[in-house]
Amino acid sequence: MELIYELSRPGRCAARLPECSVPPAKAKIPARLKRATPAALPEVSELDVVRHYTNLSRRNFSVDTHFYPLGSCTMKYNPKVNEQMARLDGFCQLHPLLPQLRNGGILTQGALRLIYETERLLAEITGMAEMTMQPMAGAHGELTGVMLMAAYHKKKGNRKKRILIPDSAHGTNPASAAIAGYSVTTIPSNSQGEMDAAALKRELTDDVAGVMLTSPNTVGLFERSLRDVVALVHSVDGLLYYDGANLNAFVGRVRPGDLGFDVVHLNLHKTFSTPHGGGGPGAGAVGVVDRLKPFLPVSRVVKRDDGTYALDYGAPDSIGYIAPFYGNFSVIVRAYTYLRMLGADGLREASDYAVLNANYIRAKLKDEFDVAYDRVCMHECVFSAARQAEHGVHAIDIAKALLDRGYHAPTVYFPLIVKEALMIEPTESESKETIDAFIEAMRGIARLSRENPQALHDAPVTTPVGRLDEVAAAKDIILTAG
Amino acid sequence: MARASFVPHVETELREMLDAIGVACIDDLFRDIPAEFQRRSLNIPKGQSELEIIRAVTALATKNRTDLVCFLGGGFYDHYRPAAVDAMLARGEFLTAYTPYQPEVAQGTLQAMFEFQSAVCRLTEMDVANASLYDGGTAIYEAAMMAARITGRAKILVDEGVNPIYRKMLRSYTTNLDIAFEEVPVCDGHADRERFIKALDGTVAGVVLQNPNFFGCIDDLTDVIAAAHKAGAMAVMSVYPVSLGMLKTPGAMDADIVVGEGQSLGLPLNFGGPYLGFMATRRQHVRKMPGRIAGMTRDAQGRRGFVLTLQAREQHIRLEKATSNICTNENLCALAATVYIAMMGRHGIRRVAELCADNASYAYHKLLEVPGVERTFSSIFFNEFCITLPRDARDVVGELVDRGYAAGFPVGRYYKGMENVALVAVTEMRTKEEIDGLAAALESII
Repeated sequence: MELIYELSRPGRCAARLPECSVPPAKAKIPARLKRATPAALPEVSELDVVRHYTNLSRRNFSVDTHFYPLGSCTMKYNPKVNEQMARLDGFCQLHPLLPQLRNGGILTQGALRLIYETERLLAEITGMAEMTMQPMAGAHGELTGVMLMAAYHKKKGNRKKRILIPDSAHGTNPASAAIAGYSVTTIPSNSQGEMDAAALKRELTDDVAGVMLTSPNTVGLFERSLRDVVALVHSVDGLLYYDGANLNAFVGRVRPGDLGFDVVHLNLHKTFSTPHGGGGPGAGAVGVVDRLKPFLPVSRVVKRDDGTYALDYGAPDSIGYIAPFYGNFSVIVRAYTYLRMLGADGLREASDYAVLNANYIRAKLKDEFDVAYDRVCMHECVFSAARQAEHGVHAIDIAKALLDRGYHAPTVYFPLIVKEALMIEPTESESKETIDAFIEAMRGIARLSRENPQALHDAPVTTPVGRLDEVAAAKDIILTAG
Repeated sequence: MARASFVPHVETELREMLDAIGVACIDDLFRDIPAEFQRRSLNIPKGQSELEIIRAVTALATKNRTDLVCFLGGGFYDHYRPAAVDAMLARGEFLTAYTPYQPEVAQGTLQAMFEFQSAVCRLTEMDVANASLYDGGTAIYEAAMMAARITGRAKILVDEGVNPIYRKMLRSYTTNLDIAFEEVPVCDGHADRERFIKALDGTVAGVVLQNPNFFGCIDDLTDVIAAAHKAGAMAVMSVYPVSLGMLKTPGAMDADIVVGEGQSLGLPLNFGGPYLGFMATRRQHVRKMPGRIAGMTRDAQGRRGFVLTLQAREQHIRLEKATSNICTNENLCALAATVYIAMMGRHGIRRVAELCADNASYAYHKLLEVPGVERTFSSIFFNEFCITLPRDARDVVGELVDRGYAAGFPVGRYYKGMENVALVAVTEMRTKEEIDGLAAALESII
């Protein structure tokens, strides 16, 4: 397709702006402070714009159009009512500085109450004492969480330098720990897909600030040694960080707080049904146990004795501002709508069926694909394409073949500890028919890998473009239109 | 059968699936988890129907005073958003996709990212841009870290005209890092040249500037940037993208890293988010830039396509050595900006900037006619300005709420000694009647 810039015709303009309603300015901005030439932005009609972006959108797979079993990303259905609520004028036209005017909190009571109630709901779901809704994405929540850990240790005078992270973790974990100022020590996994508790114990010295864990872990398993690990880490005054990317397995059944975690982050765009937007905006709520409460970022939404809500900036030990205001508010509106709509029973049911769907896929495909760890899984299952690789068919080929069959690919080559990994997360929103059809497609691909591997190397052939030359992209580095 | 969640399974399917797995019930799937860690229920309210939830959430929305005539800015503005923007964002194919890891089925998202990067470069007159960061504040932090990485130095000079909220964010993020900050006070609303030149010794990694600055003042910062370069430091400039419809660009001033808050480009105020951070830089620094980047390439048949490129910088490849930990960013907000920019185009973006500047100039002079109101600075401004009131701006602004105006921001909240100063923003949304009304209301209370 053409670029919007290639549709440009000099003099065309879609904008329909009003005449100036005020008398001519007394003092104009002088030429030395103005740009020399107009920005070369598109010159197109409104229909050009609408047709261009509508047609572009049709070159995407999405949850609304396709089964999207991308592991670790929880591509569940995003209810349309969430969108309707987020677009209410009373929310989307609200200026963030309004509550900072004197008595301004009174002007935004609905928004503050919504944030407060979302925090209460998520605190109950996670078993944490307090939440902050400010982090703007999952990795931003991780950074916030590690900053909270650092503030705790600093206050106590602990000299901590390292954070331990299993080798099955998301790449964001070590990256977040590093930019918060810690060095990272990687803990290997054992043959069961769980963190090697003995290796952890060897590394667990007094300079360890904490351990970042994902639970269920990224191979979709509950770490059976978790109870011991928690006790060990706490014994050196280390803190347990819970990466909530996989919370969709647990809601209503298992709470990170009950497991012994001290800090958690949640991805509202995963577990709580807010749309992923092609890569954001998300929201990464962070929860903490009591002893970390003083360090939470400002502002805090508080409920006064008279039942009104206010913003509190007066926390002396706070890590300070991590967002300009109160987080990605319209994402919070969507999550709140979802939480209230599902309620306790609906949330638990969603997690139960997410786990059911993943186990069904595991059971139905394990004769054709090597299951990475042959035991009951949680909300996602990880296979290895090692058997197919013997015929020269790799995880990437299977991914591309799925695209031709109308399915988004699973996450491939992650987690790093599984060779030729295919990480499938169906979520609870998908029906048995959809999953059965996907299973058939996977079985067909497995057959083809034995009978005609070349057909898989050629995939995809039905998509707007075939496999793209990523090496050339990184070498030529064309990042803007001509 | 109606159910609380969006689970589609009927009873017989549940049975078949449990049989296929070889367990008797769903509880059996959780047998790895010790019973003491499993709960029976949560103490949260029972679910509600869609109709009930609409009622409840709408009731909360009505408890926010969006009826006030908005003269609040401070980096976040009430701009006109063409209807086509939301119509495009509502396309489920954009809304419910994720990060384009499979480019063959994500060309819509990837091409839009590429068009966004192009728009940022054309607006700022820079070479390369990324596909978005969280917001204008985290973008400044990322830029400061990038300057430190490139220069191998650890001191950052920050102009006090940079949004005070962003300066607070910078401090939070670098508390535990070996990064030193020095804030340079402004002089008559402008970057203080003398102080900058004095502070620019050989240890400075970067200077952080903002144009228009927090007070709304505009400036040609070419000389400050040249001084920074002479001292081996990089120049980071935060900009307000709509103002670039008419103002001298950071590229023309020779900035090295340009960042900003993109909310003004078609995003609603949304009570503070989601917003849109952006970043552009010079070509030679592209591998040090954080965030997702879309690049153009070809498939085997020679067809043009787009991919996420230079991924060797990113966390999923480099782990703790990555340029940033960012993963999910603000892609849909960048799409909004891309559609907004296409709707406005070359002529519209300048027209919006001119309307803002004309309205603000009128409002400034109108408000200065109110007895007791004085100019704060002699500097030139774009669409936002400071005025000095005869008493505490917090009180004045508070009283104007009763007259139906969100009249401005009391600057004393962030700047000591400026308790009587209000920061007033005027966009193309405001009419002559509203401006006259504000002046009359102000006159009646002071």
